[in-house]
Amino acid sequence: MHNLTIAEQIKGLRNKDFSSLELTQHYLNRINDSELNAFISVTSNQALSQAKEADKKIANGKSSSLTGIPYAHKDIFCTKGVKTTAGSKMLDSFISPYDATLTNKLNAENMVMLGKTNMDEFAMGSSNENSYFGPVQNPWDTEKVPGGSSGGSAAAVAARISPFATGTDTGGSIRQPASLCGITGLKPTYGRISRYGMIAYASSLDQAGPLTRTAEDAAIVLNAMAGFDTNDSTSANKSVPDYTQCLKNSVNGLKIGLPKEYFSDGLDKGVEKVVMQSIKEYESMGAKVQEVSLPNTIHAIPAYYIVAPCECSSNLSRFDGVKYGYRCEDPRDLNDLYLRSRSEGFGDEVKRRIMIGTYALSAGYYDAYYLKAQKVRQLISEDFKKAFKDVDVIMSPVSPSAAFDLGSVKDPVSMYLADIYTLSVNLAGLPGMSIPAGFSDNLPVGLQLIGNHWSEELLLNTAHQFQMRTDWHNYSPADR
Amino acid sequence: MSLDNKKVKEIAYLARLNIEDSEIEQSTAELNNILKLMDKLGEIDTGEAQPMAHPLKMSQRLREDNVTEEDLSEEFQAIAPKTGKGHFLVPTVIE
Repeated sequence: MHNLTIAEQIKGLRNKDFSSLELTQHYLNRINDSELNAFISVTSNQALSQAKEADKKIANGKSSSLTGIPYAHKDIFCTKGVKTTAGSKMLDSFISPYDATLTNKLNAENMVMLGKTNMDEFAMGSSNENSYFGPVQNPWDTEKVPGGSSGGSAAAVAARISPFATGTDTGGSIRQPASLCGITGLKPTYGRISRYGMIAYASSLDQAGPLTRTAEDAAIVLNAMAGFDTNDSTSANKSVPDYTQCLKNSVNGLKIGLPKEYFSDGLDKGVEKVVMQSIKEYESMGAKVQEVSLPNTIHAIPAYYIVAPCECSSNLSRFDGVKYGYRCEDPRDLNDLYLRSRSEGFGDEVKRRIMIGTYALSAGYYDAYYLKAQKVRQLISEDFKKAFKDVDVIMSPVSPSAAFDLGSVKDPVSMYLADIYTLSVNLAGLPGMSIPAGFSDNLPVGLQLIGNHWSEELLLNTAHQFQMRTDWHNYSPADR
Repeated sequence: MSLDNKKVKEIAYLARLNIEDSEIEQSTAELNNILKLMDKLGEIDTGEAQPMAHPLKMSQRLREDNVTEEDLSEEFQAIAPKTGKGHFLVPTVIE
């Protein structure tokens, strides 16, 4: 059952080939046998009762297409009654009094939550090594990182211990782990999926999205995830199309742009080869390929690593040990309570980013850092606007290399530099995808698809057409 | 711009974070390394570019001024580290 896509599982449930309870129990058994550390919490009892409920709905003909399909929820989305940790000691025992809008939406479909997935603390990281609950292993090679910050979600889908997982992407946190684990990941346009109840890292960049095996599955679940929400003031009041309707369109005549700045020094030769082979595949389907230029690409790193830490230093000031979350033992006074609760509750990378943000926003430095970074952000956005006058979709690598060894990157700056191909998309608020495109040294490599604002249909269609012609998305680490 | 240990301690305090004396050298070195990367911003000619705070240039939506929240104070206080008589408790601030 675990080798079926969601599209196939939906048919299986309808045809009574298996029940949601059987499907759910099967995945729970697989999670139980897995040693990847992909989950922070496994919610077996709740999952089994949700599955029974789903089976009733299906029997009564009251189901929607996703009813009874299991999924894994990134531990950044609030779930009433189930702890939500954001990968942090700070929220180790936090049980949210309310559900995130996304949680509500998936509940409304009677989907079955298997558990909450591991992640870099507060979504800050590109390797999942910054989790208070320990790193996640890459299912293709357990000595390697799965990527981050949605590392648990990506590993779970790749290892076939969940058919679908939610993720969030602030600077690449869906696309990069999807690439490193050989699955499909979509970061929609900013504002497409509600951020309500999604623990904030950098509010002007954060966006939720799906991690699935195929683009078709991503389209199916995006239908349920997307939509306007009055509880999120940055949610876009825009209708949601049926994302599955556009998948069959031909890519004949599609104009693909290759940004020359994304194929420069520092790109691993094996990764480049896989990406260029995929582009050839598109050409053979009738797509037209041309070079484009995104000249401010290199500036995305300093711009992102100012904007995101500034926003995080403000967002994370709410964790003060007073209303919820970790509180230190026997505080001497209020100041001691703040200082020790935060110092003991946050991990090193989170503290580092809070410090950078605090410094950049402190008196006298605002113009040089935050304001300047926002101007650079404008330039990056304009680069894309120009490029999309000439092409429909931009294609590139997702990450400069395939998965690297756990513990091998110790210097924060080296880790930041590896985000070069994903950050610009968030700064410009664009949708981006990673799809499995091949292997380099036996490790999966993703192809990045970048579209203009609100072009999710085109991206999913473009990805689906590739997956009709190739079978990289069908490779499973379990077959090794 | 390069930070010294004293400045790093000041920033940490602004963010209400403690840095142990045994960790200060390493923290300062790491932050300076990161800031070296950020200082590249200063070399970029941004010309007349307007600062971009929101990726979609949307304006903030306003809603009708209606009461929409229920009283969930008991649920909210149930997850607090320390409460009493309907209040969140902290160490004494005023004697």
